[in-house]
Amino acid sequence: MEEELFTSGRNLPNIDPSLQIWHWPISVYLFLGGLAAGLLFFAAVFTVIKKEEETPATVKYAVMIAPIALVLGLLALFYDLTHKIYFWQLYTTVRIESPMSWGAWVLLIITPLSMLWVFSYWKEVFPKMDLKFGFLKKFQAFVVKNRMNMAYVLIPLSVVLGIYTGILLSAFNARPLWNNAILGPLFLVSGLSTAAATIILFSKSKSERSLFSKIDIALIVIELALIVHMIMGYWAGSEVQLEAMQLLTNGEFTVMFFVFVVILGLLLPGLLEILELKGYKVPVVVPAILILIGGLVFRFVMVEAGQLTRYLY
Amino acid sequence: MRYAMVIDTKKCVGCSDCVVACQTENNVPIGYCRDWITERVEGAYPNLELELRSERCNHCENAPCVRCCPTGASHIIEGGIVLVTPDECIGCGACIESCPYDARYQHPEGYVDKCTFCHHRLEKGQLPACVSVCPTKCMYFGDLDNPNSEVSQLLKARKHKTLAPEAGTKPHVYYLI
Repeated sequence: MEEELFTSGRNLPNIDPSLQIWHWPISVYLFLGGLAAGLLFFAAVFTVIKKEEETPATVKYAVMIAPIALVLGLLALFYDLTHKIYFWQLYTTVRIESPMSWGAWVLLIITPLSMLWVFSYWKEVFPKMDLKFGFLKKFQAFVVKNRMNMAYVLIPLSVVLGIYTGILLSAFNARPLWNNAILGPLFLVSGLSTAAATIILFSKSKSERSLFSKIDIALIVIELALIVHMIMGYWAGSEVQLEAMQLLTNGEFTVMFFVFVVILGLLLPGLLEILELKGYKVPVVVPAILILIGGLVFRFVMVEAGQLTRYLY
Repeated sequence: MRYAMVIDTKKCVGCSDCVVACQTENNVPIGYCRDWITERVEGAYPNLELELRSERCNHCENAPCVRCCPTGASHIIEGGIVLVTPDECIGCGACIESCPYDARYQHPEGYVDKCTFCHHRLEKGQLPACVSVCPTKCMYFGDLDNPNSEVSQLLKARKHKTLAPEAGTKPHVYYLI
């Protein structure tokens, strides 16, 4: 029998006995950032392929959530900073190796861009609200004219934002649960899936809803495959990764992960969407809300569980 | 110039004098510390093996905290010492998450703080506070680039290890075993 014992002589709040530096605002931000990235991506793509007429919720209505999500997400990030008055230091430098620097700069561009996008549809979304000032009207005409250009910029930016929410975690080699390259694509796909669910909630057109149900089913299948790959990655990994995996497969977060994320957040809504497309009467609100909750829980699980994992020495 | 610390685990008795010296020298707030003692017991009773070591920031050559810092507050200076500029630190916590040694903490004033190898003492030609007070003289400090320095000689002569080398950080605190 081999026994091993560690005794730490430290007394660092937030670090001992396990790291607790990133709290709920980070999980909330990762969710909102992924959601906004997905909404902007779909709005931009359906504009570029000139399908605005068929997908009004995608390009006009659901996308209104994007700037709100980004602003709330930024507030959450700001709330979690401990040296807040120096936050502007983020914008005095570009650090290629720091995912957070990438994120800060992308957010600086994509947040106003998302507002301009919503503003470009102001007249159609709120026909009764008159833009009182002449310069606002002129500005709106300018934004409407440049909508296609915005779409071209938004496609790469929203993909970077969506992937960044995952890479922010996977770049930390010190936390074995996060140090898995699949997290970038996984968070992107999950963000796209929550965006598709939001579009389904907003859409009043049956054809748009069924289009996004199909897209969402494809995204769910991809996400499940990526989760399998993520687990396989840990499974084939070193001792620290095996220990990290156990938090998800037979540990503290197993119920949260498998029940709320995999079953209630992916399998069940996927099944309901398939049934709905086959003609069964399923209120589309149900799978959409399940996906949104599953996406949020997934980020909480990853942020919280990741901080429990570390190197053994 | 490449500063390094060499700690003899065979001589360390785990008295925590290094911890107290550091807290006093660097005005570390109560409840926090920049260095600490780890006690590792291995084996099956009655054949137990005990290792005592004084741990701190490893002033890594490939420092993940410096790479992930979004503002450049975490940086490496001459001699390979990893430092944090409080006025550039936004307290995002990325460096704390990135450190395999959990060597950093959030100072009550908000910025991130850690061992500096007593950079301010080195400038005056003094040794780091922890090294200077060690009652068993188990800690050595010097320049690895100089083959005749005490640390280079010790590492040449004795069996040694670094902590979690598999993290790829190239630590510069060595433990004689």
